[in-house]
Amino acid sequence: MTTETTNLSDRGEGSQAEISDEIETLHAGYQQRRQQGEPPAQQPSLDFPPYRSSILRHPTKNPRHVDPETIELASPAFGHTDVSVLESNLTIVHNGEPLGERMVVSGRLLDGEGRPVRNQLIELWQANSAGRYIHKRDQHPAPIDPNFTGAGRCITDDDGGYSFLTIKPGAYPWKNHRNAWRPAHIHFSVFGTAFTQRIVTQMYFPGDPLFPLDPIYNSIVDPDARERLVAKFDHSLTSPEWALGYRWDIVLTGSKATWVEPEGDDE
Amino acid sequence: MSNPSTSPAPTPGQTVGPFFGYALPFEGGPDLVPPHNPKAVRLHGYVFDGNGDPIPDAILEIWQADQDGRIPREPGSLHRDGHTFTGFGRSETDAAGHYQFSTVIPGPISSTGASSSSGGNDAGADSKAPFIAVAVFSRGLINKLHTRIYLPGHEELHVTDPFLTSLDEEDRATVTATRGGDGSIRHDIHLQGPQETVFLAFD
Repeated sequence: MTTETTNLSDRGEGSQAEISDEIETLHAGYQQRRQQGEPPAQQPSLDFPPYRSSILRHPTKNPRHVDPETIELASPAFGHTDVSVLESNLTIVHNGEPLGERMVVSGRLLDGEGRPVRNQLIELWQANSAGRYIHKRDQHPAPIDPNFTGAGRCITDDDGGYSFLTIKPGAYPWKNHRNAWRPAHIHFSVFGTAFTQRIVTQMYFPGDPLFPLDPIYNSIVDPDARERLVAKFDHSLTSPEWALGYRWDIVLTGSKATWVEPEGDDE
Repeated sequence: MSNPSTSPAPTPGQTVGPFFGYALPFEGGPDLVPPHNPKAVRLHGYVFDGNGDPIPDAILEIWQADQDGRIPREPGSLHRDGHTFTGFGRSETDAAGHYQFSTVIPGPISSTGASSSSGGNDAGADSKAPFIAVAVFSRGLINKLHTRIYLPGHEELHVTDPFLTSLDEEDRATVTATRGGDGSIRHDIHLQGPQETVFLAFD
């Protein structure tokens, strides 16, 4: 394949074996620190050099620990003025049916105590079944599907539930290193009741053989935390002659403090 | 993989990647207030990497109170009606790494979250300077980052604010916007490097 220069930090050099070695070393270092009593890492490492473009894009100083202020404990409000119910169906955007495995992706949005997070915005975007994004920057020679854009939105229901109808995305090549492939995934963008809980992440599919090779997935150095990004196949979500089904719950970070909305102007 | 404790473990974040451009930006996303509104202030700047190069594939979100320090509860950010202030904005950086918003400078929030102009007199809250909350996403940035933008017009509170006064001068400058000659507000974000922005972890 050709090597294309994009940026100093992601020239696409290096082999999969080199990247896999680096991942293994970083994971072994984490396991060693765990044995010495370090608590589990719930979030990915921002400094994870096997993902080459992170090298110049991670802060080198420790974050400043603060108590969230009132505005940070609140969150923007979204509702059906923002999102039409049709936007959760990614298969009806064009005149024809998109190609690929039709599937339901469904789950619940929960806070750190396991309570449902209602009326919040979930946005998603993904590649088509051939692994091609509609984005102009994705130029790899897989077909564009004229019947699939790959972006959707919904508002969580009273039980924190969400549900999308879409098609299963394909794996796709990228230029992190030579012959690099991302495991199939769906990008999720989620709001909680506090702005501190804002999260953008990726949902993966069970049993993907690309998992051990992928520096983005493995930037989450804790194996249990990685597993939390993998949806489960759920036969109860499937429809006969129609769609497969995957279940994936999203749990937001907890915060000790919560903001109670003032009940009027009697202060 | 069940979790023995009662609270479920949080879902980890992942990078926004390079392909969010057809999904996350929306029409009017950067305009919390229409730019032609006489109250509108232009907030803009660049996002830089550790080499000092601008980042053309970052996306910023801001969330803030209105001019009176009231926290908006109204939906409608994604379909702006031109009148309702929802407090939320989203701006991707352009090919030059530049972002911009049209908004207002938030007023101080009283401790209850009610408007300060409605008569709160909490001493602790009164020493705090208003700010715009920011979430940063980018290709190459593995998880979101939180920071704040403190604003011109509330300088008297910058010298009493507990967070700002806890920072040394260099760090304070990374979270304090400046007023440009044209009245716009300029604020750059450095993900890395000598002017690295102060990012936050919430306790």
